[in-house]
Amino acid sequence: MIPPLIVREALDLGIQLIAVTDHNATANIQAVMKAAQDTELIVLPGMELQTREEVHLLCLFDTLDQTFAFQTIVDAHLPNIPNNPDFFGEQFVVDETGDFIRSEERLLLSSADLSFEQAWAQVDQLGGILIPAHVNRKSFGLLEILGFVPVEVPVDALEISRHITPQKARETFPQIAAYPLIQNGDVHGLDGFLGTSHYTLAAPTIAEIRKAVQNLEGRSVRIAPIP
Amino acid sequence: MNLAQIIQELHLTVLTEPQDFAAVEPSSGYTSDLLSCVMSGAAKHSVWVTLQAHSNIVAVAALLELTAIIITEGAMPDPATIAKANQEGITLLATTDPSFHVIGRLWDLGLRAG
Repeated sequence: MIPPLIVREALDLGIQLIAVTDHNATANIQAVMKAAQDTELIVLPGMELQTREEVHLLCLFDTLDQTFAFQTIVDAHLPNIPNNPDFFGEQFVVDETGDFIRSEERLLLSSADLSFEQAWAQVDQLGGILIPAHVNRKSFGLLEILGFVPVEVPVDALEISRHITPQKARETFPQIAAYPLIQNGDVHGLDGFLGTSHYTLAAPTIAEIRKAVQNLEGRSVRIAPIP
Repeated sequence: MNLAQIIQELHLTVLTEPQDFAAVEPSSGYTSDLLSCVMSGAAKHSVWVTLQAHSNIVAVAALLELTAIIITEGAMPDPATIAKANQEGITLLATTDPSFHVIGRLWDLGLRAG
């Protein structure tokens, strides 16, 4: 997926806000932000972190500085295993036109040696928001791996995948009753955009998203049916 | 076979407060690292072998009334998790051995699936 095509596809679908959240990585965010610069599309920086427990967590931030600070922490907790492109594919870093800059040598699909709680504390301290990703999924989903949301962590919201409706998720997993839900495309290819989470925000910020999932001060999020 | 024998034979480290382990007879053994599986599969009073050290293991063990959790591969629960296990009366045992080794030894000692 090259940055200008990501931007065009999102805009074509009427999507106003996306977040770039690569697996344990942040090196391609700037390229997408630059590609979106003169467009209506808002791009939030973030990461999909894989924790020690093999749970996927969506970590979203307001600024690249915060995101890169988080990357530094994650890097210090990632095993130093070189990528084998024959098995795992290439890990390219590109510029805003999609031109090759470099290959990421270190394997990004492993787990960071950070627990769910440690990850939450780091993201919170940096001013970001942590949302457990595709919690309903068998692979890397919080509910499959840890059974329920750890009670010690004040999780703002949970993300469900495209494979389930919010109603079905709440029926299947009664342990998530108290948590607000969002739904994301978990976009891995240009045909993956979903755009079913409709936010009412005063500005595209983490603070506003937090208010929206908590339904505070007129901010809200609603999951529309998948067309 | 009682828990004291298991601890001794497998050279397990006892992480929680010592109890009269000789008086504890596990019903069976179970293994999985996915807590959702454990919640639907582990038998009451069984010993659960896992490399998962997250604090949710204590809640799951308490819910299912498991006898003990053997945490393998050198994974180590944090102090809050150990404190919670003491509170719930769940015995946490640790080893650097892999799960396969631990399960093999338990089977040798006569422990079976529930």
